[in-house]
Amino acid sequence: MIIVENLSKKFPGKQVLKNVSCKIEDGDIFSVIGPSGIGKSTFIKCMIRLLKPDSGRIEVDGANIADIEDEFELAKARRSFGYLFQEGALFDSLTVMENVSFGLKYLTDIPAFKHSAVVSEKLALVGLNNVENLKPAELSVGMKKRVALARAVATGPKYVLYDEPTTGLDPVTGEMVTELILDMKKKTGVTSVVVTHDVKLALRISTRVAMLYDGEFTAVEPPEKFQRLMNPEIREFIEISSRQR
Amino acid sequence: MNSFYIAERTGKKILKTANSLGESALMIKSVFFWLFKSKIEVVEMTRQAVKIGIDSLSVTALTSFFTGMVLSLQSGNTSKNIFNEPLYIGSIVAFSMVKELGPVLTSIVVSGRAGAVVTAEIGTMKVTEQIDALYTLGTNPTRYLLIPRYAAFMLSLPILTLFADFIGIIGGFIVSTVKLQIPASVYWDDIFSYMKVHDFTHGFLKTFVFAFMIATVSCYKGLSTKGGAEGVGKATTEAVVISMVLVLVIDYFVSALLVMMGI
Repeated sequence: MIIVENLSKKFPGKQVLKNVSCKIEDGDIFSVIGPSGIGKSTFIKCMIRLLKPDSGRIEVDGANIADIEDEFELAKARRSFGYLFQEGALFDSLTVMENVSFGLKYLTDIPAFKHSAVVSEKLALVGLNNVENLKPAELSVGMKKRVALARAVATGPKYVLYDEPTTGLDPVTGEMVTELILDMKKKTGVTSVVVTHDVKLALRISTRVAMLYDGEFTAVEPPEKFQRLMNPEIREFIEISSRQR
Repeated sequence: MNSFYIAERTGKKILKTANSLGESALMIKSVFFWLFKSKIEVVEMTRQAVKIGIDSLSVTALTSFFTGMVLSLQSGNTSKNIFNEPLYIGSIVAFSMVKELGPVLTSIVVSGRAGAVVTAEIGTMKVTEQIDALYTLGTNPTRYLLIPRYAAFMLSLPILTLFADFIGIIGGFIVSTVKLQIPASVYWDDIFSYMKVHDFTHGFLKTFVFAFMIATVSCYKGLSTKGGAEGVGKATTEAVVISMVLVLVIDYFVSALLVMMGI
């Protein structure tokens, strides 16, 4: 379980997060929606401590990781997480095999001779095969996202953080990634945190949806209830999003 | 109004430079910390060293060969004009190449070729979140990216310099014998009679300082890249310009120090 309490983060000239609090239960698919540039990515980057919050607590399975300073302790804390970056962030100079097995080398005790089997299994999980020897430049955008997802879950993390998983994808590939997130939960039981400006995605996959507006969560509700909320910011965001579709 | 504007701009530049120097110092500290705290990525280091060496080899060879040739030609002609015969051409070429031109020219070539590649590579990784991805996969970028590149520069630059010294002397030899009609034995005798081990050490030691500086500038500029593809281009250009200028500036101070130490 992840408990976020009073999380605040400021960048020069802008308070991005103001005392944000939420509780993410095991097995949840917790989505954070909001317009671009509102601080959604900052929120999950703080959760995995790619960014250091200015104040607040991030309790992951009972341990507060917000205040950890030691590099080795931080690396240990990040082991519980897999992270799907917006553009995939695959390492250009490495093959798909090397990309997916990267975390296995540094985060697990799985011997090197078993890496290839684990990689094939994770690639199959995201519906890919025979791509092990390709470089990221040889993959389509959708394939890159799937390889990135295979890399994110290769080490068997308890939590997977998705940063705008469907952004920049065509509707078919977007649908495929949506199915993958649901599939991943079904097959591996991971807890997911999804940040997105895609309301349709959030309402479809989430167990709870939060709206980040002006640095704060204006609502944290299950999707059915969230859709019916009369909060003006939420209504406006949902209506604009549905008009764009 | 105008003077305020100039003062503001100057102040901003000074602050930016001070900030960059501070960040570079922290980066160097991190390099030393991880150097002793973790296993060196030998495969990555070897790959980088080979890449830096091969990337810069042909340009280094061409540059030093023609530098040796022109040194021989100019010193031979000047000597002929003053003394009616070309004197000490071998020594002039060898001393110039080994103590100054070999290390300096090779460092400039490596800054332009390999330094630019390192900045562009790390810069692209920065703007496409690959550096963040390293953290999420349990790897510190200093350990995985910087240490192998520092080691590669420290290994490749001295070797390339030795190669450049040799090629330059050969270039000088060809012009001396073909154009200036100096007997081959005189050219080589000139070199071996006057050149001492410490002359060679002087130039060789400088390459380690240059290599460390080029690695620092290239890696720092890569890691501080902002703003997509345009930012990568800007960072790469800045890294090359700063490295080249610093090679020349540092050369004077290191040379003065080595001379003071009797090397």
